[in-house]
Amino acid sequence: MLAFLLTLMLLLSVVIVLAYAERKVAAFMQDRLGPTEAGPYGSLQAVLDVLKLLQKEDIVPAQADKSLFKLAPILIFAAVFAGFAVIPFTPDVVPAGIGIGVFYLLAIVSLDVVGLLMAGWGSNNKYAMLGAMRSVAQIVSYEIPAGLAILSAVMICQSLDFQEISYQQGVLLHAFPGMEYETNWLFGIQALGIDTTTIGGITTWNIFRAPMLLVAFIIYFIASLAESNRAPFDIPEAESELVAGFHVEYSGFRFAVLFLAEYSMMVLVSLVAVVLFLGSWNTPLPNIGAAQLANWTTGSVGALSGNLWAAFWLLSKTFVLLFVQLWARWTYPRLRVDQLMHLCWKVLTPLALAVVLAAGIWRLLMI
Amino acid sequence: MEKEAYKHKTGFWQGVKSLMSGARLTLRHFANAGKRRKPVYVSDDSYFKQPDGLATLTYPYEALPVPDNGRYRLHNEMEDCIVCDLCAKICPVNCITIESVKATEDIGVTSDGTKKRLYGPVFDIDMAKCCYCGLCTTVCPTDCLTMTPVYDFAEVDIKNMIYHFTDLSPEQAQEKQRLFEKQQEEMAAAKAAALAARKQQQG
Repeated sequence: MLAFLLTLMLLLSVVIVLAYAERKVAAFMQDRLGPTEAGPYGSLQAVLDVLKLLQKEDIVPAQADKSLFKLAPILIFAAVFAGFAVIPFTPDVVPAGIGIGVFYLLAIVSLDVVGLLMAGWGSNNKYAMLGAMRSVAQIVSYEIPAGLAILSAVMICQSLDFQEISYQQGVLLHAFPGMEYETNWLFGIQALGIDTTTIGGITTWNIFRAPMLLVAFIIYFIASLAESNRAPFDIPEAESELVAGFHVEYSGFRFAVLFLAEYSMMVLVSLVAVVLFLGSWNTPLPNIGAAQLANWTTGSVGALSGNLWAAFWLLSKTFVLLFVQLWARWTYPRLRVDQLMHLCWKVLTPLALAVVLAAGIWRLLMI
Repeated sequence: MEKEAYKHKTGFWQGVKSLMSGARLTLRHFANAGKRRKPVYVSDDSYFKQPDGLATLTYPYEALPVPDNGRYRLHNEMEDCIVCDLCAKICPVNCITIESVKATEDIGVTSDGTKKRLYGPVFDIDMAKCCYCGLCTTVCPTDCLTMTPVYDFAEVDIKNMIYHFTDLSPEQAQEKQRLFEKQQEEMAAAKAAALAARKQQQG
């Protein structure tokens, strides 16, 4: 229960920061000022937006399928929020440290699609229905390259446990029960003869342990943009062209929940990308000779320092990825539906399959 | 020079290159966000050359200066006004209302030395009617009616668009009117007395 509340509070604060950052980043990239009036530098704008939404009337259309309509936002948010349960925030803190975390995450996040369809169908509005169908088609399609990219990381790590994958990517490798005698080699190849177990830092991140995971990371990142309906894959809710997608009939608190779910999804996919590819909560600084940068910026497991450093690195990396998401949104034009499907099925999926094959061969070399 | 037909570039690396150049562009603008456009006048060299940084001015707090000869809100300096009514006569939309009362005593001179002979108990300009032609400021003999650089003076109630420039309170205006009428009566009485005296002399 405590983990639930803590994660919820953390998520809400990150989402508020993100909503504010989105407006400011957008403004700065377009040579505007962004919000300036609410609080210092407009920092309370996002909070006030949420307060405004909460005060609004909760409208349920007379012809809507009321039970589906009312349940959908909660289901969508619950599906996304449940995904946070298996994300390790520090070496000690993981809300639910289950052994098949990756599998669970992929499964529970897919439930999101059901909620989207419920919202579209329950609204009894053809635009909402079309929006939901587009959204679902897109999410289901892009789960394949995303899943394959995750699979290649899982093959390299030989684990479905996010916490184990995290420990593998840093100097704390031996601190994880069952991995006391494991060794990290440069690029994962023992034949090179460079032991990076005690060097740590960026050299033990998954994109460094197996370089083809860098491609997998890019594939996953692109697919995750599409999965969270972010630009340049935001046809389901193209603000500049449509009123909205599946959530066109929602108002007030229910809309706020859908909004929250969308931003939570952004945070979740960034967290997963960080954990699987970018060294999770491990420091990017390696130990170089006497300068034990990795040890200094890792702290010790179980102590406060270890937890604070880990949370710091995880959140910083996540915010960098979130910034890239915003950056992409305000740079690239929206893809057409056929371009979207072309990219997914003809580019990303074959590439992801090739990466899975390469990861398998690499894993054989790593033994 | 021979003109080449524009060739549409395609292919994976072209795509990557184009994506990168787009990303660089927005990142450059983001990095320059610390710089701000300055509220400088049009004669400033940098007015048209501010390629970097945010273009927005936080308007009520900062604004681009307006030209000195721009036509904005009118202001009448009542101290210098001789209540000649020229502005009201030239006004094409009749937005200036003036009433005058002759002064009974010496009320001084304007700053350019013109003798003032009239009080202006009513000097109203309805800025909601004003067409900003500037004719009134041209005809003003003492240059007391001028255009100010103020252009942001919207009001919720349209009555507030009528600007009262008189320097007399209603009581003072009544007093001046009374004094003037009294003087007129006295003058009439004196005149009548003089006439009567002359008649008596003749008769």
